[in-house]
Amino acid sequence: MDSTELTFEQAIAELEEIVKKLEKGELTLDESISCFRRGVELTKYCSKKLDEAERSITMLIEGENGVVEKELPELDQGR
Amino acid sequence: MVADMKTGTNILTVSEVNRYIRDLISRDVILSGLWVRGEISNFKNHYSGHFYFTLKDEKTLLKCVMFRSNASLLAFMPEDGMKVIIRGYISVFERDGQYQLYAEEMQPDGIGALYVAFEKLKKKLEAEGLFDASKKKKLPYLPRAIGVVTSSTGAVIRDIINVLSRRFYNVDLKLYPVQVQGEEAAGQIAAAVRRLNELGNVDVIIVARGGGSLEDLWPFNEEIVARSIYESRIPVISAVGHETDYTIADFVADVRAPTPSAAAEIVMPERAVVENKLDSLKLRLRNAIMKKTEMERLLLRKIEGSVAFRQPLNRIYQERMLLDVQKKYMQKALSALNTSYRNRLSLLAATLDSLSPLKSLARGYSITKSLEDGHLVKSVHAVKVGDRLEIRLTDGKLGCTVDSIEEDANG
Repeated sequence: MDSTELTFEQAIAELEEIVKKLEKGELTLDESISCFRRGVELTKYCSKKLDEAERSITMLIEGENGVVEKELPELDQGR
Repeated sequence: MVADMKTGTNILTVSEVNRYIRDLISRDVILSGLWVRGEISNFKNHYSGHFYFTLKDEKTLLKCVMFRSNASLLAFMPEDGMKVIIRGYISVFERDGQYQLYAEEMQPDGIGALYVAFEKLKKKLEAEGLFDASKKKKLPYLPRAIGVVTSSTGAVIRDIINVLSRRFYNVDLKLYPVQVQGEEAAGQIAAAVRRLNELGNVDVIIVARGGGSLEDLWPFNEEIVARSIYESRIPVISAVGHETDYTIADFVADVRAPTPSAAAEIVMPERAVVENKLDSLKLRLRNAIMKKTEMERLLLRKIEGSVAFRQPLNRIYQERMLLDVQKKYMQKALSALNTSYRNRLSLLAATLDSLSPLKSLARGYSITKSLEDGHLVKSVHAVKVGDRLEIRLTDGKLGCTVDSIEEDANG
């Protein structure tokens, strides 16, 4: 299973689903273990998503060759 | 009409005068269809559904009535002090000898006119389904990038950046700067929303403006803005003015935030909350798998603990014991059989013994055998004179030759 296409939201939703299924305890041991593996994969993916985002505050400016992103001065840092 | 004897002039009744004036007025082109601007006072909403009020300016008054058939069509409720523009006609109420304005249509004047335009557009868009709850898009839980359509200067963008940074420092915000008031504003806002959809580089759009007068907020009540928000594939949060200000944009947007800061709070969860949620899911995941394996382990132990596993040879021992018992029975039975045969045998032996020829020999009988052919000789006819015979006695043998043969008379 590939997690790379998932949004954070989808990953969290799938994780919730898996946890609920596991908590019900109706799966076989093998199914439980493969669910657990997927769950671990998803938690890692979510943690990664949380950390990989980089702070970026920009202003979009229409130029001749389309939109340019210009960094927005941190207006509030002095306050 | 009755002619007065003294003057010869016509004398009219009050009714006749009033009717005459009414006819006169109703023939007047201007008075039979005109627009009047003024301020409402003495407004009475009669239980019959008719409105009775006075229209006034700085100096004078004009009595007005609006009948239920027209009054019921008004998009707003007139009240004292409201400046309005009324279309109607002047006529005379004969009973009171009073001319008055019969209002057929009424619009608020000034700000009131904006209000009416607002209500009209709201009704139209609502009828078109632009406000339908079913059309509202869900906001992403954790947007990768947030587009903000507002002024690049002023408190709004600053507030939004502040709040976002506090909640989730690693935020990706893209400001699309626009004018938020004046003639150009509506067109720019609509274009910005469309452009962000074209670029597709944000997950959610905040359309924001700080507080202001109704005129200031007006661009957000323009149809072009409403349509751009409605057509946006990307979810839109509106955050215009203060909490009490409602704009058309608010009704069309997928989510209405009472203020720009509130929009920032709505659009981005607090990092700590997200982390807690993730941690709790992790914990639940681990607990669930541990519980499952523990249960399976217990089950295994139970199986292992069962008699079959605890003493696997038990069964064999048991079978062996049974076998031993059987064996014992068998041996017993066999030996009993043995004894019985043995008894029978000795009985038979005794019988046999009594029948034995040896016994007869002992008693003096003998057995004669021909040495010629080895046969027992049982008759005199079996031998001839000169045959060699062997005679068996009880204690030995005799070799003899037949000298003579004598047959018994009755033989």
